[in-house]
Amino acid sequence: MAMSNVVTSEQYNYDIVRKFTIMTLIWGAVGMLVGVYIASELAWPVLNFDISYITFGRLRPVHTGAVIFGFGGSALFATSYYIVQRTCSTRLFSDGLANFTFWGWQAIIVLAALGDVTGNGQGREYAEMEWPIDLLITVVWVVYLVVFLGTLMRRKQPHIYVANWFYLAFILAVALLHVFNNLAVPISLTSMKSYSLFSGAQDAMTEWWYGHNAVGFFLTAAFLGMMYYFVPKQAGRPVYSYRLSIVHFWALIFLYMWAGTHHLHWTAIPDWTSTLAATFSIMLLLPSWGGMINGIMTLSGAWDKLRTDPVIRFMIVSLSFYGMSTFEGPMMSLKDVNALSHYTDWTIGHVHSGALGWVAMITFGSLYHLVPRLWNTQMFSVKLINVHFWLSTIGILLYVTSMWISGVMQGLMWRAFDDFGNLQYSFAESVAAMHPFYVMRTLGGALFFIGMVLMCYNVFKTISQGSTQPQGNLAAAGA
Amino acid sequence: MNHDKIEQNVGLMLVLVLLAISVGGLVEVVPLFFIKDTVEKVDGVRPYTPLELRGRDIYIREGCFLCHSQMIRPFRDEALRYGHYSLAAESKYDHPFQWGSKRTGPDLARVGGKYSNDWQVQHLNAPRSMVKESVMPNYPWLLKTPLDTSDVGLRMAALRVTGVPYSSTQAEYEQNVKEFGEATAKKLHIPDAEKNLIDEAKTGNFDGNPNNVTEMDAVVAYLQVLGTMVDFKKYDDDYFVQFR
Repeated sequence: MAMSNVVTSEQYNYDIVRKFTIMTLIWGAVGMLVGVYIASELAWPVLNFDISYITFGRLRPVHTGAVIFGFGGSALFATSYYIVQRTCSTRLFSDGLANFTFWGWQAIIVLAALGDVTGNGQGREYAEMEWPIDLLITVVWVVYLVVFLGTLMRRKQPHIYVANWFYLAFILAVALLHVFNNLAVPISLTSMKSYSLFSGAQDAMTEWWYGHNAVGFFLTAAFLGMMYYFVPKQAGRPVYSYRLSIVHFWALIFLYMWAGTHHLHWTAIPDWTSTLAATFSIMLLLPSWGGMINGIMTLSGAWDKLRTDPVIRFMIVSLSFYGMSTFEGPMMSLKDVNALSHYTDWTIGHVHSGALGWVAMITFGSLYHLVPRLWNTQMFSVKLINVHFWLSTIGILLYVTSMWISGVMQGLMWRAFDDFGNLQYSFAESVAAMHPFYVMRTLGGALFFIGMVLMCYNVFKTISQGSTQPQGNLAAAGA
Repeated sequence: MNHDKIEQNVGLMLVLVLLAISVGGLVEVVPLFFIKDTVEKVDGVRPYTPLELRGRDIYIREGCFLCHSQMIRPFRDEALRYGHYSLAAESKYDHPFQWGSKRTGPDLARVGGKYSNDWQVQHLNAPRSMVKESVMPNYPWLLKTPLDTSDVGLRMAALRVTGVPYSSTQAEYEQNVKEFGEATAKKLHIPDAEKNLIDEAKTGNFDGNPNNVTEMDAVVAYLQVLGTMVDFKKYDDDYFVQFR
């Protein structure tokens, strides 16, 4: 008993993983609540209440920041710190630096949200943080890289496990994207306000190179790393194909960086960039599906678990949504499809099928695997995991289908002509037509949010029945 | 190469990953800073006046770009609804660009001059009083909040560093006179920024009250200049195609 205690606390730093895990849940609940609120504002604009801090324009970046960087980011810190220690059989390179990334990252999320509600934003989507916060992000990120690389370098295994390739690529790419996209000139050292270094077409290219690859590396590559550890673990099966993981890893990180310009089809950028981006977006389907196939096929021989294990269910549904979104994405990057879909809710639907279906679902599955191991106990309620699974799945379906319908409808209404060659609908008529779908979307989001709250409750109960010290149960600690 | 070597060597993997993720940006983004035809040669586009610039800052502050694009695409329906498709040149002084990605509301790239100042003020104050289907928030504080004009010079100076031709020396001013004409060049002169801003707000009277300079003055001034700088009658449509 005493021995296992000593071994675990000396061998691995689980404290940092626990802290990031808890913040993942908190930011998830906060970010999704704000999401439901801003969805409601679009359905019932009276909810803006004439209060500047809570208008749609100010709260929307709070939502995206809290879910992407708060929920997603904390989940990636937690799982990368866990996985890199387990797969390298070594403790984190530095507890102090890891702790610094925790407090630094939480400060960033809070400061970013405060900046958003007070109107201190850069006016760049997903990069709203003003220059002082950007500097803090840069520092925290470099420390993250140091901790991660340092841990890899002291590994006791000769090989670096595949999950870590993805995390490494994610950390490097995000550093590159963040620095170049946020080059700006502050108006003074005492002011939050700055102006981006680039303008117009070049600025747009830089921003969507960043924006698309934030999706590609933050929300895809890194979560594939998560998938490559937790799916085999939960299924009790080895990764389906080692060769496939090599091929799709290199292809994915190479191709993603070319695809960002498909966010700018038909705009005032040179046509060749747009065509190039569309071409690479189509090619990107292959490595994306490589990852999906590798994940799903890992379950071969363990399919029966799908009936009994709700955690596996989360993982399989997430991989299915990953496959679906990465098919939809290349389709939307075709110029003709994009002509209809761009500027509409279809894009919002696409983003959420990826963000809720893939990112959030794989996170839920991974955390349900992780939490009992971190607190040396069993999940408080498997039944609640099941309820969470169904609430999330139904929520996503409502969300995505309503946005598909409203998006295509908007696109068609905007381009409809009457018999005399005049525009058939005013813009206002298209806004009115969206109302029922905005209500439906709010409902879908609310279901997803309720599931998130159930998970928080379930994990809270699990933590209070568990212990950070292993209680003579080597099986729970060993993996 | 045998993959074994890569996955047993952190340094090698790091270098190869960096190479793999750098190529796309280098080939696709970087050239746009050097290819001259990326931005069309066209007359009329000038930096924003101090008042318009402050209006633009408020537009960014309120997150307007999250629901309104400023980028008209070259389609027949968009030409009818919004006007001539947007040129890269028209946002060449936009730091950052505000092309947007979503039209919850209509595109604003050419909203300048489409509605009167009075309409814009009433609409910003209470959108549903003008367009009953609208889902836009009310912005009543714009009329009530006096515009902070104190740091407009600093703002223009920062933009000057990024390459916007605001003048701080006599030589730069004279260059602007040649390029934009005397009346405009005066407004782009940083030392006179605050005075010029107040003058423009009072003479333009964008918010319906000539005595106070409010945030509404600035926002309406900005909206009214959007898409109006280029005179498209001067150009044959084929002219712009060569730049795409």
